[in-house]
Amino acid sequence: MDELSGYLFVGAVLFVCGVICMTTKRNGIGVLMGVELVLNGANLNFVAFSRFSPLGLDGQVVALFVIVLAAAEAAVALAIALNFYNNHQTIDVDRGNELSG
Amino acid sequence: MEDLGKQLSTLLMVAWLLPFFGFCIEVFGGYFKWRLTKTAAYIAVGCIGVGFLCSVVAFMQWGNATDWVVFESHEGEHHVSADHDEAAKSHDEHGAKHDEHAKEHEHGEEHADEHGEKAEGAHDSHGGHAKPAVQTAFSGQIYHLARFGELDISIDYYIDSLTLGMFMMVTLIATCIHVFAIGYMSDELTESYEDHFVHTSDGGHFKRPGRFYRFFSYMSLFCFSMLGLVLAGNIFQVFVFWELVGICSFLLIGFYVERKSASTAANKAFIVNRVGDFGFIIGLMILWTSCGTFRFDNYEDHHGHEQPGLFQMVRGNDGHVTQDGDAVVLKDVHGEPLTDASGSTKTIPYMLLVAAGLGVFCGCVGKSAQFPLQTWLPDAMEGPTPVSALVHSATMVAAGVYLAGRFFPMFLPEVLLTIAYVGCVTLFVAATIAVVATDIKRVLAYSTISQLGYMMLGIGVGGWGAGLFHLITHAFFKSLMFLCSGSVIHGCHHEQEMPKMGGLWKKMPVTAFTMLVGVIAIAGLAIPGTSIAFSGYHSKDAIVATALQFVDDNPVHILLFIVPLVTAGITAFYMFRLWFYTFAGQPRDAHVYEGCHESPSVMCGPLLVLAPFAAWCAIGGEHGKLFSILALSEPASTEVVHASHDIHTAAGSFALVAAILGTLTAYLLYGKTIVDPANIKRQFSGLHTFLVEKWRFDELYDVMFVRPSHVVGKWCAGVDKYIFDEFLHGVVRTGIRVSQWDRKFDEGIIDGLVNLVGNVTFSIGRSLHVFQTGNIRQYVMFIAVGVLMLFALLFAFSFAILA
Repeated sequence: MDELSGYLFVGAVLFVCGVICMTTKRNGIGVLMGVELVLNGANLNFVAFSRFSPLGLDGQVVALFVIVLAAAEAAVALAIALNFYNNHQTIDVDRGNELSG
Repeated sequence: MEDLGKQLSTLLMVAWLLPFFGFCIEVFGGYFKWRLTKTAAYIAVGCIGVGFLCSVVAFMQWGNATDWVVFESHEGEHHVSADHDEAAKSHDEHGAKHDEHAKEHEHGEEHADEHGEKAEGAHDSHGGHAKPAVQTAFSGQIYHLARFGELDISIDYYIDSLTLGMFMMVTLIATCIHVFAIGYMSDELTESYEDHFVHTSDGGHFKRPGRFYRFFSYMSLFCFSMLGLVLAGNIFQVFVFWELVGICSFLLIGFYVERKSASTAANKAFIVNRVGDFGFIIGLMILWTSCGTFRFDNYEDHHGHEQPGLFQMVRGNDGHVTQDGDAVVLKDVHGEPLTDASGSTKTIPYMLLVAAGLGVFCGCVGKSAQFPLQTWLPDAMEGPTPVSALVHSATMVAAGVYLAGRFFPMFLPEVLLTIAYVGCVTLFVAATIAVVATDIKRVLAYSTISQLGYMMLGIGVGGWGAGLFHLITHAFFKSLMFLCSGSVIHGCHHEQEMPKMGGLWKKMPVTAFTMLVGVIAIAGLAIPGTSIAFSGYHSKDAIVATALQFVDDNPVHILLFIVPLVTAGITAFYMFRLWFYTFAGQPRDAHVYEGCHESPSVMCGPLLVLAPFAAWCAIGGEHGKLFSILALSEPASTEVVHASHDIHTAAGSFALVAAILGTLTAYLLYGKTIVDPANIKRQFSGLHTFLVEKWRFDELYDVMFVRPSHVVGKWCAGVDKYIFDEFLHGVVRTGIRVSQWDRKFDEGIIDGLVNLVGNVTFSIGRSLHVFQTGNIRQYVMFIAVGVLMLFALLFAFSFAILA
């Protein structure tokens, strides 16, 4: 097993953990954390490919974008969570079914 | 001479078109403005009066330009009338002919020389007509309408002394009648005219707004049509105005349209005339096919070549018909055989030319109410009396005789014999019916038919001048008598039955006197041994003399002389019967007599104007001015017959004796009443009934034509109803059936397919609905599981490929 596989393996574990977290948590913050894990797992892959393949800086640039996006997303998502809490006295995402047809 | 032709045509065109402008103004102005005033009448009188002046001026100009050749050369010609044919043959030698004339009458010496010179100078393009050397007939084109291939349709004029004479006669009589009608129709000047002959369902009389202006506009239109007919220079134009005259008479006869009898009479007149016009159209078609032109006179075609007219084609220069086997050779302007483009001679089969002549005469039979189409004219008395005077004595019925005269050169001997016999039958039948008629206007109507028969007979036996002479004289005295009867009817408050009159001369002296003038004129009375004679004597004498000459040459046609001679007596009898019945004797109906009054001066005036014309227009007889004017236009035809002097004297005496006998009989029966006419009526009740029923012509036609056409009509209706309608209904039902099937196909299959697509889509969507939970964790699960399965598939495939 070469060095890249190790990175990819860790990235895959992070990704799967994130997905499992997203699918199992009913807590809005928990889901948000799962998203972060998925993003970071993907980020790790970008950086690893940037390091071990001829892609060059591109992977790192994309990773930077993802970090910035994740930060923005977290800010928006936390604001939504706060409002959600104000309206429902909970952050259980299953309770947000007012728009369901 | 060309200038004269132009002047004449302009003057006559003014006379012709003025009534039409009058009509346009009257019909609109009257409707919108002059319903209650006499303006329309004044316009109408003005138009026709100016027309009369124009005609007279035209005549004077024509006379001056031709040095009154009409009154000079003619006398000589008729002294040598027996030599006429010879004279016609030697037409080329004008000079010689005129020298001959010069010898004939003493005071004509210098004139004859003058004419001889003119004969050489004047280019006589109308050489076909045996007339003096000076050009007296003018033809030309007024307006070119259209050209269809070789067929030129144009408005032409043909002016000769006959045209001028007719113009003066028509316009003068029409003017008098218009003036008379101002008085006669004055009770129409109201918003609420009460028609005493129409009863409404509530027992009252029908009321309607007065139609004074409409009467005069129709009269103007009528004058326009008649004058157009007389002026026409081609037979097609004649036909057009012929029909216009027909429609005007239809409008005027049906003037009191609310009366059932009037509208029926109008229809009858129109339909019976259609029968004649059918023949006319056939004649026109034959002429066009064979001759290729409608014009009477020679004309210049659009290439500037002079082309022969109809008369020239048939009669050539000398009046002879050239026959080639069974065909008649058509001639060109020089009298040589006419050739077509390929160089072969143009001919027309003899029988076809006879058929064309008979066809045109058929039109004349309808219009002039000759046997067997005479039945419409008595019914036409339903119109107002001035209409009867204008339409049914002087103009419309005269149109038929005029055409027969104008078209004389085209008639072959067979046709002329037919004309003579038709006239002969007509004059006798109508005269006998007139003897028993009691309606004052109907007596006049039958006498009109009878006199028209005389004219046709005259033309038929070859007395061209005699026939048209009688046309003019008859027009004067018959319109006079019709106006008198109108005056009587007006005075007696629309009473027309003579048995209710009697003794009226005390009440209406002017009418009685003028009527007497007319009666003497039509009866043909004269004082033997002197030259004092009324116009009817001269013209009837001319006809009878020609007939006698004809019979002298062809003894087998003896009836053509006997019948008119006997009828001359009958004519005198029934006309004096009418006068004695109406004006003499004792009043028979006190009510009518008390209410009766002389007509106002506007009505008596025209009577007094017409009376001298009726009495003396033919003064001088066949040496007089009127006859000379007409005879100048006599066509060059070998069929023309002139009575010799001896025959003339004999015929004149016979006719006079017959007329005097008739008059005496009438005087003894109705003036003196030595025998009560009622007794005679009883003695011959069978004959009387037969005559009262008008020889049962109406019944005969009813059985022969009207009822069969009803049966045919019913059959047609049946065929329509049970075959055509059934067929159409079947078609419709099939259509409905087909569309019903179509509808099912549409609704079941087309709509079904479209709906199926929609329904399937809808149900798929509905079934996919369960996956759309809105649960985010579930979605993530789907994605993850989906990706996993994709990977699994990918691996499975890649292994399968590798393996």
